[in-house]
Amino acid sequence: MTYKVTEEGNISTVFLNGEIDMDVTEKAKEVILPLVEAGKEVHLNLKDVSYMDSSGISVLIESHQKALEKNTKVIVKEVSKSVLKVIMMAKLEQILNLE
Amino acid sequence: MNLSESKDFQVSTASLKEVRTFSREVFEKINLPQEQKDELVLAIAEAAQNIVKHGYKGVDTTTDRMEIKISLKDGKLEIGFFDKGKPVVPENIQHRQLDDIKPGGLGTFFIKQIMDGAVFKKDQKGWVNHLILTKKI
Repeated sequence: MTYKVTEEGNISTVFLNGEIDMDVTEKAKEVILPLVEAGKEVHLNLKDVSYMDSSGISVLIESHQKALEKNTKVIVKEVSKSVLKVIMMAKLEQILNLE
Repeated sequence: MNLSESKDFQVSTASLKEVRTFSREVFEKINLPQEQKDELVLAIAEAAQNIVKHGYKGVDTTTDRMEIKISLKDGKLEIGFFDKGKPVVPENIQHRQLDDIKPGGLGTFFIKQIMDGAVFKKDQKGWVNHLILTKKI
Protein backbone atom coordinates (compact mmCIF):
# COMPACT_ATOMS: atom_id res chain seq x y z
CA MET A 1 0.00 0.00 0.00
CA THR A 2 1.17 3.49 -0.79
CA TYR A 3 -0.52 6.78 -0.03
CA LYS A 4 -0.52 10.47 -0.74
CA VAL A 5 -2.05 13.23 1.39
CA THR A 6 -3.19 16.59 0.09
CA GLU A 7 -4.46 19.47 2.21
CA GLU A 8 -6.96 22.15 1.31
CA GLY A 9 -8.25 24.27 4.16
CA ASN A 10 -9.60 21.96 6.83
CA ILE A 11 -9.92 19.05 4.42
CA SER A 12 -7.21 16.42 4.20
CA THR A 13 -7.53 14.00 1.32
CA VAL A 14 -5.78 10.66 1.68
CA PHE A 15 -5.26 8.81 -1.58
CA LEU A 16 -4.66 5.16 -0.79
CA ASN A 17 -3.21 2.86 -3.40
CA GLY A 18 -2.81 -0.91 -3.66
CA GLU A 19 -4.11 -3.68 -1.43
CA ILE A 20 -5.19 -3.08 2.16
CA ASP A 21 -4.86 -6.09 4.41
CA MET A 22 -3.79 -6.84 7.97
CA ASP A 23 -0.16 -6.28 7.03
CA VAL A 24 -0.70 -2.60 6.27
CA THR A 25 -3.57 -1.57 8.53
CA GLU A 26 -1.27 -0.05 11.16
CA LYS A 27 0.37 2.06 8.46
CA ALA A 28 -3.04 3.15 7.17
CA LYS A 29 -4.18 4.09 10.68
CA GLU A 30 -0.95 6.02 11.29
CA VAL A 31 -1.78 8.14 8.27
CA ILE A 32 -5.50 8.64 8.80
CA LEU A 33 -6.14 8.79 12.55
CA PRO A 34 -3.83 11.73 13.41
CA LEU A 35 -5.63 13.80 10.79
CA VAL A 36 -8.97 12.93 12.38
CA GLU A 37 -7.56 13.56 15.85
CA ALA A 38 -6.52 17.02 14.66
CA GLY A 39 -10.14 17.73 13.78
CA LYS A 40 -9.63 17.64 10.03
CA GLU A 41 -12.38 16.54 7.68
CA VAL A 42 -10.75 13.55 6.04
CA HIS A 43 -11.55 12.37 2.55
CA LEU A 44 -10.37 8.85 1.85
CA ASN A 45 -10.00 8.34 -1.87
CA LEU A 46 -10.09 4.61 -2.63
CA LYS A 47 -10.18 4.65 -6.43
CA ASP A 48 -6.78 2.96 -6.59
CA VAL A 49 -7.41 0.42 -3.85
CA SER A 50 -7.78 -2.88 -5.66
CA TYR A 51 -8.39 -5.10 -2.63
CA MET A 52 -9.56 -4.63 0.92
CA ASP A 53 -10.26 -7.30 3.53
CA SER A 54 -11.90 -7.18 6.95
CA SER A 55 -8.82 -5.48 8.40
CA GLY A 56 -9.19 -2.63 5.94
CA ILE A 57 -12.88 -2.40 6.75
CA SER A 58 -11.91 -2.08 10.41
CA VAL A 59 -9.74 0.92 9.54
CA LEU A 60 -12.72 2.58 7.85
CA ILE A 61 -14.94 1.90 10.88
CA GLU A 62 -12.34 3.11 13.37
CA SER A 63 -11.72 6.28 11.35
CA HIS A 64 -15.45 6.94 11.07
CA GLN A 65 -16.01 6.45 14.79
CA LYS A 66 -13.03 8.59 15.75
CA ALA A 67 -14.37 11.35 13.51
CA LEU A 68 -17.73 11.24 15.29
CA GLU A 69 -15.91 11.63 18.60
CA LYS A 70 -14.05 14.65 17.25
CA ASN A 71 -17.13 16.24 15.70
CA THR A 72 -15.72 15.96 12.23
CA LYS A 73 -16.22 13.44 9.46
CA VAL A 74 -14.50 10.93 7.24
CA ILE A 75 -15.85 10.72 3.71
CA VAL A 76 -14.99 7.67 1.66
CA LYS A 77 -14.72 8.68 -1.99
CA GLU A 78 -14.43 7.02 -5.39
CA VAL A 79 -14.65 3.51 -3.97
CA SER A 80 -13.50 0.89 -6.45
CA LYS A 81 -16.04 -1.77 -7.40
CA SER A 82 -14.22 -4.56 -5.58
CA VAL A 83 -13.93 -2.57 -2.34
CA LEU A 84 -17.55 -1.43 -2.53
CA LYS A 85 -18.59 -5.05 -2.69
CA VAL A 86 -16.76 -5.78 0.58
CA ILE A 87 -18.25 -2.68 2.23
CA MET A 88 -21.70 -3.86 1.17
CA MET A 89 -21.03 -7.39 2.37
CA ALA A 90 -20.34 -5.85 5.78
CA LYS A 91 -23.58 -3.87 5.40
CA LEU A 92 -21.73 -0.62 6.04
CA GLU A 93 -22.84 1.36 3.00
CA GLN A 94 -25.42 3.20 5.11
CA ILE A 95 -23.03 3.72 8.04
CA LEU A 96 -19.92 5.07 6.33
CA ASN A 97 -20.09 8.35 4.44
CA LEU A 98 -19.69 7.14 0.87
CA GLU A 99 -19.47 9.53 -2.07
CA MET B 1 -12.25 -29.96 -14.47
CA ASN B 2 -10.48 -31.36 -11.43
CA LEU B 3 -7.39 -29.91 -9.80
CA SER B 4 -5.50 -29.94 -6.54
CA GLU B 5 -2.78 -27.48 -5.63
CA SER B 6 -1.16 -26.69 -2.34
CA LYS B 7 1.44 -24.29 -1.04
CA ASP B 8 2.91 -23.50 2.34
CA PHE B 9 3.55 -20.06 3.74
CA GLN B 10 5.33 -18.59 6.70
CA VAL B 11 2.84 -17.66 9.42
CA SER B 12 3.08 -13.90 9.15
CA THR B 13 0.96 -10.96 8.06
CA ALA B 14 3.56 -10.39 5.35
CA SER B 15 2.52 -13.73 3.81
CA LEU B 16 -1.08 -12.71 3.22
CA LYS B 17 -0.23 -11.12 -0.11
CA GLU B 18 1.46 -14.37 -1.19
CA VAL B 19 -1.64 -16.28 -0.12
CA ARG B 20 -3.77 -14.08 -2.37
CA THR B 21 -1.33 -14.42 -5.25
CA PHE B 22 -1.34 -18.22 -4.94
CA SER B 23 -5.14 -18.30 -4.76
CA ARG B 24 -5.53 -16.01 -7.77
CA GLU B 25 -3.13 -18.15 -9.79
CA VAL B 26 -5.11 -21.29 -8.99
CA PHE B 27 -8.46 -19.67 -9.78
CA GLU B 28 -7.09 -18.43 -13.10
CA LYS B 29 -7.21 -22.09 -14.15
CA ILE B 30 -10.90 -22.40 -13.28
CA ASN B 31 -13.67 -21.02 -15.42
CA LEU B 32 -15.50 -18.79 -12.98
CA PRO B 33 -16.80 -15.21 -13.10
CA GLN B 34 -14.14 -12.78 -11.89
CA GLU B 35 -16.47 -11.58 -9.15
CA GLN B 36 -16.71 -15.08 -7.72
CA LYS B 37 -12.94 -15.55 -7.93
CA ASP B 38 -12.48 -12.30 -6.00
CA GLU B 39 -14.88 -13.52 -3.31
CA LEU B 40 -13.08 -16.85 -2.99
CA VAL B 41 -9.72 -15.09 -2.70
CA LEU B 42 -11.20 -12.93 0.07
CA ALA B 43 -12.49 -15.99 1.95
CA ILE B 44 -9.11 -17.70 1.71
CA ALA B 45 -7.27 -14.56 2.80
CA GLU B 46 -9.62 -14.12 5.77
CA ALA B 47 -9.07 -17.71 6.88
CA ALA B 48 -5.30 -17.32 6.56
CA GLN B 49 -5.51 -14.05 8.46
CA ASN B 50 -7.40 -15.81 11.24
CA ILE B 51 -4.53 -18.27 11.59
CA VAL B 52 -2.01 -15.44 11.91
CA LYS B 53 -4.21 -13.28 14.12
CA HIS B 54 -5.85 -15.81 16.42
CA GLY B 55 -3.85 -19.03 16.08
CA TYR B 56 -0.67 -17.18 16.92
CA LYS B 57 -2.12 -14.51 19.18
CA GLY B 58 0.57 -13.16 21.49
CA VAL B 59 3.35 -14.63 19.35
CA ASP B 60 5.56 -11.90 17.89
CA THR B 61 7.38 -13.99 15.33
CA THR B 62 7.41 -17.66 14.47
CA THR B 63 9.15 -19.92 12.02
CA ASP B 64 6.00 -22.03 11.73
CA ARG B 65 4.43 -22.47 8.38
CA MET B 66 0.83 -22.94 7.32
CA GLU B 67 -0.39 -24.85 4.29
CA ILE B 68 -3.27 -24.08 1.99
CA LYS B 69 -4.65 -26.71 -0.37
CA ILE B 70 -7.17 -25.82 -3.06
CA SER B 71 -8.96 -28.75 -4.65
CA LEU B 72 -11.71 -28.89 -7.23
CA LYS B 73 -13.47 -32.15 -7.89
CA ASP B 74 -16.76 -32.69 -9.67
CA GLY B 75 -17.79 -29.07 -9.22
CA LYS B 76 -17.03 -28.97 -5.52
CA LEU B 77 -14.33 -26.63 -4.35
CA GLU B 78 -12.55 -27.63 -1.17
CA ILE B 79 -9.98 -25.39 0.47
CA GLY B 80 -7.91 -26.82 3.31
CA PHE B 81 -5.94 -24.82 5.85
CA PHE B 82 -3.36 -26.54 8.01
CA ASP B 83 -1.58 -24.83 10.87
CA LYS B 84 0.30 -25.49 14.10
CA GLY B 85 -1.16 -22.61 16.08
CA LYS B 86 -3.30 -22.74 19.18
CA PRO B 87 -5.98 -25.44 18.96
CA VAL B 88 -9.21 -24.00 17.67
CA VAL B 89 -12.39 -24.62 19.60
CA PRO B 90 -14.98 -24.38 16.81
CA GLU B 91 -17.80 -23.64 19.27
CA ASN B 92 -15.97 -20.47 20.33
CA ILE B 93 -15.80 -19.01 16.83
CA GLN B 94 -18.33 -16.26 16.43
CA HIS B 95 -18.50 -13.25 14.23
CA ARG B 96 -19.82 -10.02 15.71
CA GLN B 97 -23.37 -8.91 15.11
CA LEU B 98 -23.45 -6.62 12.09
CA ASP B 99 -25.49 -3.96 13.87
CA ASP B 100 -22.81 -3.76 16.55
CA ILE B 101 -20.61 -1.41 14.55
CA LYS B 102 -17.02 -1.71 15.70
CA PRO B 103 -13.68 -2.64 14.20
CA GLY B 104 -12.95 -6.37 13.96
CA GLY B 105 -14.96 -9.56 13.91
CA LEU B 106 -15.89 -9.49 10.24
CA GLY B 107 -13.48 -12.03 8.76
CA THR B 108 -15.46 -15.07 9.87
CA PHE B 109 -18.67 -13.39 8.74
CA PHE B 110 -17.20 -12.89 5.25
CA ILE B 111 -16.15 -16.53 5.10
CA LYS B 112 -19.65 -17.66 6.04
CA GLN B 113 -21.18 -15.33 3.47
CA ILE B 114 -18.97 -16.58 0.66
CA MET B 115 -18.56 -20.30 1.36
CA ASP B 116 -21.15 -23.06 1.69
CA GLY B 117 -19.41 -24.84 4.55
CA ALA B 118 -16.63 -24.46 7.09
CA VAL B 119 -15.60 -27.34 9.33
CA PHE B 120 -12.60 -28.22 11.44
CA LYS B 121 -11.39 -31.78 10.94
CA LYS B 122 -9.50 -33.83 13.44
CA ASP B 123 -7.64 -35.99 10.91
CA GLN B 124 -4.64 -33.71 10.58
CA LYS B 125 -1.25 -35.36 10.36
CA GLY B 126 1.37 -33.36 12.22
CA TRP B 127 -0.76 -30.25 12.20
CA VAL B 128 -2.80 -28.78 15.05
CA ASN B 129 -5.73 -27.38 13.10
CA HIS B 130 -7.28 -28.39 9.80
CA LEU B 131 -10.03 -26.11 8.51
CA ILE B 132 -11.93 -27.08 5.40
CA LEU B 133 -13.97 -24.55 3.46
CA THR B 134 -16.28 -25.87 0.76
CA LYS B 135 -18.33 -24.40 -2.02
CA LYS B 136 -20.26 -25.85 -4.90
CA ILE B 137 -19.28 -24.00 -8.06
